[in-house]
Amino acid sequence: MAGADTVIFEEEFAKINAVCDRLRGEANALVVFIVDKNGQLISASGETEHLDTTSLASLTAGNVAATGGIAKLLKEKEFATQFHEGEKANIHIQIVGQRVILVVIFDTRSSLGLVRLRVRKASEELNKVFDSLVEKAKKPGAMSVLEEITDEDIENLFNE
Amino acid sequence: MSFINYSSREINCKIVYYGPGLCGKTTNLKYIFGNTAPDAKGKMISLATETDRTLFFDFLPLSLGEIQGFRTRFHLYTVPGQVFYNASRKLILKGVDGVVFVADSQIDRMEANIESLDNLRENLADQGYDLDRIPYVVQYNKRDLPEIAPVEELRPLLNPGGVPEFEGEATNGRGVFATLKAIAKLVFMELKRSRGT
Repeated sequence: MAGADTVIFEEEFAKINAVCDRLRGEANALVVFIVDKNGQLISASGETEHLDTTSLASLTAGNVAATGGIAKLLKEKEFATQFHEGEKANIHIQIVGQRVILVVIFDTRSSLGLVRLRVRKASEELNKVFDSLVEKAKKPGAMSVLEEITDEDIENLFNE
Repeated sequence: MSFINYSSREINCKIVYYGPGLCGKTTNLKYIFGNTAPDAKGKMISLATETDRTLFFDFLPLSLGEIQGFRTRFHLYTVPGQVFYNASRKLILKGVDGVVFVADSQIDRMEANIESLDNLRENLADQGYDLDRIPYVVQYNKRDLPEIAPVEELRPLLNPGGVPEFEGEATNGRGVFATLKAIAKLVFMELKRSRGT
């Protein structure tokens, strides 16, 4: 299969969540979330109870993929940053280390300049965490849950 | 490319429904959405044109139950079938774990089926996948319509590799869940195989 599976372990998950929480505080943002490029939500911080984060994740990844398509046509590697301005809410989308997408939703209590500044710092931290994740996932036994799946498990999924 | 979270104990996989324009990919998803328990599904998103043709993709998140204490979640996507939306189709195949090819059984759509299947193979190759090696099933849809080709005629053209195949009538649901179950099974078998010791 092409590409590697994305795996998140507890230690890194806690670090990623901590970066999101801190970024939300420092940027005065409403919501911060991280999505992988295939549309899977990795982490969310903030007022997410009324948000459909699964759909947001998928649409953000779709948006980033489409923008990446435009970049290719223009012979650009990527457009790493996107910003959408609404009447009440704004959304800042940043590709981190060419592998995950950092999304910040904010309102008038913050500003684009502040968000940009904080996102830059958070991106560096996230890069380190994802680097260590990649290394960890390569180690034997890292994906043990997959190795332990039995045929019976698979059958049972459909017998409920 | 599955996504495994050891912390929230979740395995997420991506399945793409592929096929020519108006073959019933969105109808498959709509039927699944309409016939799944509310707690097992998220919102269905359709990015469609004013005339209800898929513009970018449809998206439906679905929970299937637990494996080894991990919740399994499938993200189902469709691609736009119309020939000129190829750039979008390519993007949606990124990170795919399994593909369902929905064929239109009507005799006059045979050419469109073959063209779409060739396009699937090509677009997968662009992303580094080989159609003969990834989890893949075929659904012969629209079996309830007149003027359809017999499956025996469709098979050599659309399923020469002999992957699991199903007759479908997506509007009334026949074959829809059988197709989904088959691809989900293949995806898990592949995950196990690729990581098996």
